[in-house]
Amino acid sequence: MSCSRRTLLKNAVKGCVAASLPVSAFKFLSPAEARAAVGDPAVRWGFLVDTTKCVGCGMCVKACKKENEVPYDAAVTRTWVERYVITRDNKSHVDSPMGARDGFTDQKIDKLEIAPEDIAKAFFVPKLCNQCENPACVQVCPVGATYKTRDGVVLIDRKWCIGCGYCIMACPYGVRFFHPKYKVAEKCNFCYHRITKGMDSACVHACPFGARKIGDLKDENDPVTQVIMNERVAVLKDEYGTKPQVFYIGLDHNVR
Amino acid sequence: MIEHAETIVHGAEWTIKHGFVYPNEFIYWGITIVMYPYMTGLVAGAFVLSSLYHVFGQKDLKDMAKFSLVFSLALLPVAMMPLMMHLQQPLRGIEVLFTPHFTSAIAAFGIVFTTYAIIVLSEIWFVYRKYFVEQSIALKGAVNTGDQVKRVIYNILTLGAYDISEKAVAKDHKAVTLLAAIGIPVACFLHGYAGFIFGSVKANALWMSPLMPVIFIMSAVVSGIALCMLTYIIIMEWKKFKAILAKGRGNETVTVIAGVEMDVMKKASKYLLGFLVAAITLELLDIIFRGYTAMKSWDILREVMFTEDFTKIFILQYGLGNLVPFILLLLPKLTIRRLFVSLALILFGVFMMRWNVVVGGQAFSLSFDGFMHYDLPLIPHNLETYREGLFGALTVAATPFVIFWVINKIVPSLKEV
Repeated sequence: MSCSRRTLLKNAVKGCVAASLPVSAFKFLSPAEARAAVGDPAVRWGFLVDTTKCVGCGMCVKACKKENEVPYDAAVTRTWVERYVITRDNKSHVDSPMGARDGFTDQKIDKLEIAPEDIAKAFFVPKLCNQCENPACVQVCPVGATYKTRDGVVLIDRKWCIGCGYCIMACPYGVRFFHPKYKVAEKCNFCYHRITKGMDSACVHACPFGARKIGDLKDENDPVTQVIMNERVAVLKDEYGTKPQVFYIGLDHNVR
Repeated sequence: MIEHAETIVHGAEWTIKHGFVYPNEFIYWGITIVMYPYMTGLVAGAFVLSSLYHVFGQKDLKDMAKFSLVFSLALLPVAMMPLMMHLQQPLRGIEVLFTPHFTSAIAAFGIVFTTYAIIVLSEIWFVYRKYFVEQSIALKGAVNTGDQVKRVIYNILTLGAYDISEKAVAKDHKAVTLLAAIGIPVACFLHGYAGFIFGSVKANALWMSPLMPVIFIMSAVVSGIALCMLTYIIIMEWKKFKAILAKGRGNETVTVIAGVEMDVMKKASKYLLGFLVAAITLELLDIIFRGYTAMKSWDILREVMFTEDFTKIFILQYGLGNLVPFILLLLPKLTIRRLFVSLALILFGVFMMRWNVVVGGQAFSLSFDGFMHYDLPLIPHNLETYREGLFGALTVAATPFVIFWVINKIVPSLKEV
């Protein structure tokens, strides 16, 4: 067989082009883009947490685990509640045993007994996915398995996630984890299957004190939007530029 | 039993938390991700070393050049191995090539990696083309099966280009130089890119630094050169040992081998020192800068660096892995034995650097109020603890030598051809 260098190179180039065309079709069929086309663009889901109303009962965590099939006894959870105790010497003590699934039944924080008279202030802070406007997790997913819907919720495609954990690393709020059963990234999605059918998120529904509320931020008349517009609310860790869409009433500077 | 398995959280097995850590935080990136930049670094470093000869005409590295080029090829598939072992869904790994999501720093990995692989493969082809042709001619009419198989392999490897006239070989050399020249930035990119994967994670206070890619490149070159030198020493010592057995200690061949070995090593160690200085300078600059600017995260970072991980960072990495070999290499009257120790320490130092970046970056909670300790699984009791444990890492570390042994049978990198 004789083959001049020129012919070899020519054929090599032809072969590469021919091979890359069908492969590039996969790019056009990118699941991230296809899936992200779901959701009503006239809606922007947002969340309001009133920390002054939270008593740390953990009903929200229980309800969430059951609704979303997160193994009940696993340490991971889509939502959790943190307890903050600030003592008179200005030290902050924080804990969240089992994500507060069973509430806070022990007075001790991290095995430390704090005398009531030493406490300056104490409060609870529920946490969940912030469904960021600029989500770091979506940015870093190498295969586009996590995406933001048109109504602003970040979802995960369990059939496409490769389980690299890059999104878990990228989230500044620590809301992501590996699902113990499905072995893919997992996180809160505001109970997307419920809210898109006109129901409340499971945690909102379960909260006996109305500390959690979900609403449409594009609707000015939505009670959640009203509060965010007219009252003083804060978000968590805005320094990361993720533009979180979970707003807090009564957030303290000690909150992590 | 099934219910029990469902409560096992990935990472919980080797993560020990203290202080306030968010419930979902675990050491998700363990030793496999330590091995990934380490192996990639070795690939890039080995290639850069070979290019120093091919592109910049550093004639003193001629003997090392061919060897490190082939060794770089042996290391190449291994750079991918720990990543695959780490994936929760390894069978879906190929999706990175099919549906790359280009805002992700990992998405282009497949492309950069493939480009680099093509460059390394073609460079080796041009270096060895003449040899392939010669072999296929020499083995013509071979009778035993082994030689016949060999001939088929060499025939295929020539890709039909049998012209070994002086003009054609000169063109090969030109192609090698060109490929090596393109290869240097690509190798640096491959590894700088690994640095970017970490450096761009804004949620991680330790990783986020624009210096990260550059630090990774420098330490990559250091580790790559060190590993090539180390392997070279072992091979030459083995040759010397065989020569001694065959011809006796005082024989001329033995002294010649020893002389060549020392000569090559002395020259290579100069380059090693240069890159080592650059790597340490950048790393120290990073720490000093963080301390001086003292951003919100500095309190917890300081705690990690100077208390939690002090031994790992300052004693094992900077002390034993950088300072000691640095002094050993600078002391006059360098011997092969001392060089060997220094090289092993340097390799260990770079490994510790990767460890302190990857695991150290997860040693503190995103809450800045708690710590996580990584308890490396030593004896595996299931697939998970094998993949993410010591034995998984050892498998990864041993593989390039096996691959090299195989490749070297077809492409002899240690003989004059």
